[in-house]
Amino acid sequence: MDTLAPRPNTLGRHFLYVLSSNPVTAIAFALFTLIVLTGIFGPLLVPYDPLATHSARALEPPSWDHWFGTDHLGRDVFSRVVVATRLDLLISVAAVSLSFVFGSLLGAMAGFFGGWTDRIIGRVLDTVMAFPLFVLAMGIVAAAGNTIENIIIATAIINLPFYARMVRAEVNIRRNAGFVQAARLSGNSDLRVLATQIFPNALPPIMVQLSLNMGWAILNAAGLSFIGLGVSPPTPEWGIMVAEGANFIVSGEWWLTLFPGMALMLAVFTFNLLGDGLRDLVDPQRRT
Amino acid sequence: MTAATPLLAIHDLTVEFATRRGTVRAIEQVSLSVARGETLGVVGESGSGKSVSAYSVLRILDRAGRIAQGSIEFSGMRLDQANERILLDIRGREISMIFQNPRAALNPIRPVGRQIEDVLLQHTRAGRSNARNEAIKALQAVRIADPEQRYHAYPFELSGGMCQRVVIAMALACRPQLLIADEPTTGLDVTTQKAVMELVVELSRERRMAAILITHDLGLAAAYCDRIVVMEQGRVVETAPVKTLFQAPQHPYTQRLLRSTPRLDSQIRDLLPEPHSAPVFPPHGAPLLEVRDLVREFPVHGQTQTVRAVDGISFTVHQGESLGLVGESGCGKSTTSAMLMRLLDVSSGHIVFKGENIAAVPAARFAHHPLRGKLQMVFQDPTDSLNPRWTAEHSIADPLVRLSDLSRRQRRLRVQELAERVGLPSNLLSRFPHQLSGGQKARVGIARAIALDPDLVVLDEPTAALDVSVQAVVLNLLADLRADLGISYLFITHDLNVVRLICDRVMVMQAGTILEQGPTEQVLSHPQHAYTRTLLDAIPHPP
Repeated sequence: MDTLAPRPNTLGRHFLYVLSSNPVTAIAFALFTLIVLTGIFGPLLVPYDPLATHSARALEPPSWDHWFGTDHLGRDVFSRVVVATRLDLLISVAAVSLSFVFGSLLGAMAGFFGGWTDRIIGRVLDTVMAFPLFVLAMGIVAAAGNTIENIIIATAIINLPFYARMVRAEVNIRRNAGFVQAARLSGNSDLRVLATQIFPNALPPIMVQLSLNMGWAILNAAGLSFIGLGVSPPTPEWGIMVAEGANFIVSGEWWLTLFPGMALMLAVFTFNLLGDGLRDLVDPQRRT
Repeated sequence: MTAATPLLAIHDLTVEFATRRGTVRAIEQVSLSVARGETLGVVGESGSGKSVSAYSVLRILDRAGRIAQGSIEFSGMRLDQANERILLDIRGREISMIFQNPRAALNPIRPVGRQIEDVLLQHTRAGRSNARNEAIKALQAVRIADPEQRYHAYPFELSGGMCQRVVIAMALACRPQLLIADEPTTGLDVTTQKAVMELVVELSRERRMAAILITHDLGLAAAYCDRIVVMEQGRVVETAPVKTLFQAPQHPYTQRLLRSTPRLDSQIRDLLPEPHSAPVFPPHGAPLLEVRDLVREFPVHGQTQTVRAVDGISFTVHQGESLGLVGESGCGKSTTSAMLMRLLDVSSGHIVFKGENIAAVPAARFAHHPLRGKLQMVFQDPTDSLNPRWTAEHSIADPLVRLSDLSRRQRRLRVQELAERVGLPSNLLSRFPHQLSGGQKARVGIARAIALDPDLVVLDEPTAALDVSVQAVVLNLLADLRADLGISYLFITHDLNVVRLICDRVMVMQAGTILEQGPTEQVLSHPQHAYTRTLLDAIPHPP
């Protein structure tokens, strides 16, 4: 009977195995943890209030007092970069989750039922894809209003077709696989077959997409803020900070754009690296 | 037969692969030789290293693979030391290879004639001006009817057998001295297999070409080879001329392999290494499944008329009976089984199972039908039929979760009991499919099928993907299950030797209709229909 006892913490061990087998994955997960922790605890730890202005100390270069320097209102750039992590992470996670959930749902239906369902969903997605995506996001935010919810929704909508198409293809090739037929024989209804048999097996490639998408979503949110259609000042956000700092590059105050830009780059970089690791994590073939 | 100096001589070859868990020896101290005009069979089960041996001759091993020791000499040249430039010249011109899946070996977006031209031009066997003619000649040589037309065909427009002929044409276009065929007919129908193999043998005789046939099928090797090399776990265990090998096999492994290969006169227990008493089947009962005038039509794209994949078939399966359904690919046997299993709606006709016409229930709603659990199936590909994310236990338990009211504890016990019944060690239950061998996966599939005590199990080529020794065990397991549990089988296969072992009655199907049916002995020894005779003739038999 001991063989049938629940396996102790297999996923945990598998996670450690994935980390140890690939140093890049380990680095990516370490950076990811750092970013998440910064998002959670950053606002509690920063040395200055990110919104407090101090006109006497405006535009100071990096020093021991202000590691990343100060901006034109004398706000501490380091504190602002750290505090901004939470908002940027929130926007991208929320947007990617939304597009993952709805994109997968649409794609799974299109791939599984085929026929008219497939055609209608396919054409609607094509319509979305036909717009230049960033312009579409701009349009949505401009029309619906300049709020965080709308930024999230706009980012989710422009990313949704990628998930839908990918899931559709992955579901479609497995629609008549042997194990799917076997599940039908075991008394599973169509929807249950889709949910428990086909979809989980489509996850590994989607995981890669998911993490690449996180990077895009952050860039997208920052981009919207940069052109003034996103988060409104004085809220600290990487995109706005880069936009505001851009005016000062000419006069030599490089630290205003460099540090938020670096933070943005690091986040995107981390998410891009994370993809392979996430795929290995959900791929049972790797669980040896 | 053997000439003084062999064309190809492999001496003490050891090939290693670098893996995550250190180096693994795929083959160890393999020595073999082929003379001009000789056909050598390399026989072994999966993992025996037969393909690796062949790949190392052409030096097309994976990047992780490396020749650690030994020599490969081809007409006086050391291939193991040759550089890539020399090898490029040799591959295709001196030594050619045919692979297992012909469709995968052809470029899907290029007409087959052009692909043959590419080979000819690459090795300067033809110039721009005459390449086309040469390619057509090559197609002619492999007996492709209407070669001018076929020249323009894309691989997807040709059948599997035709694709393999094209691949052979490509392999032989440059008149190589040695042809290596790696399972060239696996996946092809028996009649196509016969045609392809006869073509290879004939062409190699005509051109005094040496050939190496790599196969898992002893019968095939016996029918077409002069000498046979038997491999087991990376080593050559025996080399002998065909006659000697079959009359007096020396090595215990060869003896085991010979034993588990079904012959004309084998009984099912003969296949096992140890003697067992013959299974005692309960007498046949009342009709369990009655199929009447079953039809399935499929629409043809862009046309108003339809094709009939199954064209009005009728048959009966009695309780405790094992009925064979034999036919080649495309004859409609899979469509038939899908309809019987209620995975596919019928166009017309009746399927009366336990007194109820289940054809009237739409396939989409049959999942919750009370008879669902009584009608189960074992699938052809044991790998494809298991969810890669589920452990063996989870897969076996799934029908119990859905269709029985056993508690969690009872389910565990039932899964244990099933595993024991199908001979699956219970410590393997927590494994994922990719951690199991082919035979173990087949057992999981069988355990799942019998979990709900079904009355009828459709077996769709359950041993086609298995090694012969594993096939022997699985066939015996199936016979035992039928003897113990009184299940009826509908056994779908293309292999008449297997039908002989496991079926009471047999039906022969072609183009959607049943040509003949009757007791197995009678149909196989006195076939009424010409097609049945063709099928029987095409099976290669060990002497």
